[in-house]
Amino acid sequence: MSTTSLPNSPFAALNRGLPAYIALTAYVVVTSALMLTNTRTSLGTDVLFILFLLGFLLIYRAKVSNGYKLALGAVMLIGVVPYFGTLNAYYIELAIQAGIFVALALGLNVVVGFAGLLDLGYVAFFAVGAYLWGIFSTDQITQISPGASPVSPQLFYLFMALGLFVGAFFGVLLGLPVLRLRGDYLAIVTLGLGEVIRVLAVNLDRPINITNGAQGIKSIARPPLPDFLRALLPGLNDPQIYQLFIYALALLIVGITVLTVFRLKNSRIGRAWEAIREDETAAIAMGIPLVRMKLMAFAVGASFAGVMGVLFAAKQQFINPPTFDLIRSIGILAMVILGGMGSIPGVILGGVLVTLLDLQILPRIATELGALKRQGVVIPDWFDPAQYQRALFGLLLIIMMIFRPEGILPDQRRREEAHAIEDREASAKTEAGEAKMA
Amino acid sequence: MALLEAQNVTKSFGGLTAVNNVSLTVERGSIVSVIGPNGAGKTTFFNVLTGIYKPDHGSIIFDGASIAGQRPDQITQQGIARTFQNIRLFNNMTAIENVMVGMHARLNAKMWQIIFQSPSVRTEELRARARARELLKFVGLEGRYDELAKNLPYGDQRRLEIARALATEPKLILLDEPTAGMNPQETLEATRLIQRLRDELGLTVILIEHDMRVVMTISERISVLDYGEKIAEGKPEEIRANARVVEAYLGRGAAAGH
Repeated sequence: MSTTSLPNSPFAALNRGLPAYIALTAYVVVTSALMLTNTRTSLGTDVLFILFLLGFLLIYRAKVSNGYKLALGAVMLIGVVPYFGTLNAYYIELAIQAGIFVALALGLNVVVGFAGLLDLGYVAFFAVGAYLWGIFSTDQITQISPGASPVSPQLFYLFMALGLFVGAFFGVLLGLPVLRLRGDYLAIVTLGLGEVIRVLAVNLDRPINITNGAQGIKSIARPPLPDFLRALLPGLNDPQIYQLFIYALALLIVGITVLTVFRLKNSRIGRAWEAIREDETAAIAMGIPLVRMKLMAFAVGASFAGVMGVLFAAKQQFINPPTFDLIRSIGILAMVILGGMGSIPGVILGGVLVTLLDLQILPRIATELGALKRQGVVIPDWFDPAQYQRALFGLLLIIMMIFRPEGILPDQRRREEAHAIEDREASAKTEAGEAKMA
Repeated sequence: MALLEAQNVTKSFGGLTAVNNVSLTVERGSIVSVIGPNGAGKTTFFNVLTGIYKPDHGSIIFDGASIAGQRPDQITQQGIARTFQNIRLFNNMTAIENVMVGMHARLNAKMWQIIFQSPSVRTEELRARARARELLKFVGLEGRYDELAKNLPYGDQRRLEIARALATEPKLILLDEPTAGMNPQETLEATRLIQRLRDELGLTVILIEHDMRVVMTISERISVLDYGEKIAEGKPEEIRANARVVEAYLGRGAAAGH
């Protein structure tokens, strides 16, 4: 797993020049082909799906040109995954969920990873976005103002943009009271504020019924399916096309999010955030307006959650307060920490990994153990694997923190610095070897 | 007109008056030292000047405008930069990034320009990077641009702190014990660097320093603080001969026996 072993491992030869292109392409083609020919939901398909996703990690790590990486990744994301999704709807649903949580994790990473502001109430902004579309697109709006009528589903895209600003607004709103707090205190207060939003969602059904309380909001409108998609994808039924449509929207938002956070990170704003995280006093003495930069971090982070909330509401067509509880916030934070705080590729990986663990891997383990038990393998009665999902997840986090506290894919620069000396020695060795051969 | 005029500045914490009615006038282009025994209130005075503490009383006029009670970032933007007694670099950032953080207030890229990566942002970034390299070269850190601040040797960290302060484009730079913990060779180099700040960049320098050789070599004027009060001010030779100063440093007996 560590980079230091790479230069000396037998795979090193594979990761250079032409062999790298061939090996990488072969891996992607083989895993894609295997996956596409095994579409029944089963342990085998799950394993193939994960092997296929591992391809992204290999692409990221391989020493091939960036253009080729991008092309290969695009083929997988725009070609293979949607096609596989038409063969088995479960996996496209998984991909959509992963996309939603990757965007959320990237947003939280701005607050926690870049600016170092530990926020345990992040899911609140997701809720705000979801309720925004939930309330305005359904009869719920008539409960608030009897004369009003639900907005047309056509306005979905406008509401995505609105979600961005409403999210940012709430980010600033919840950021203001915690500006003076740091570390643990900040975490506790944001946790409380996050819960306030959820409790408001539960209780704002009277005197005026705004959120419909614990019952949640049903039959939320979905954006109309663009006609060209039907023409483009003949032979598929509407629900299938719809899934792909939502997948495309999620992918688009994730793409925009990645680009945005990447650019912000490598700018004066990103550097200011990093400086605040490193040393607030020194940062302010260097002319960085602390309040403004912190609020900006809260606003940027929250805006992604706002947009994704709108999409989430449209996808689920039903939202209720428990969807936005503390566990959800902690789950998103776990994605950030597991992947590598501050590292954009790491957080993407963390988002996908935790989503898969939550929705696919751990339930699969539970199912398989159950099957074994039915076949007569002795598993004690008190051990019901389904009950231990969270425990397993916790165990995994603990193991991670012991052996790789910086996350799976830490910030490139940080990793480079940790291994700089060894790498230098290794490259000196190979150079010497090449010189000898010549 | 003087660049900095602090009048009757007082700052107390509960019952302790850390800075008591101190006045200091610094002329443009001069190098001025603030000395005094440990706990005399020198660093607190710096913290008041740079806005980390708000003064209880007194006025501070910098470059013709009052800065008393302003936020540190506002004061930095008006042209006062500083270094810290116990180095406060951004440890996990590279040398060049540390310097570029210092430029924050001098760069103009707005968030939407950054997100859409407008051409002006790109040129600004390139220019900032080039300028940061120049500054690092100036303080003698050529070629160490991409090293993490925490991996630099102690003396280089002090240099980097000065480069970072210079990046804020100051008129006045406050150096808090710039040679603390240095060996004689490093101290000599640091002293030269401080002189170059004034001679080559035309900056005004105030430094807090314990090394009397440094103080006596480069300062044009010296102010002495003891228990938060200014007990003397003058040229180096005047301070050397001042009985109260000797007493503050060595005790009454030593002063009497002199």
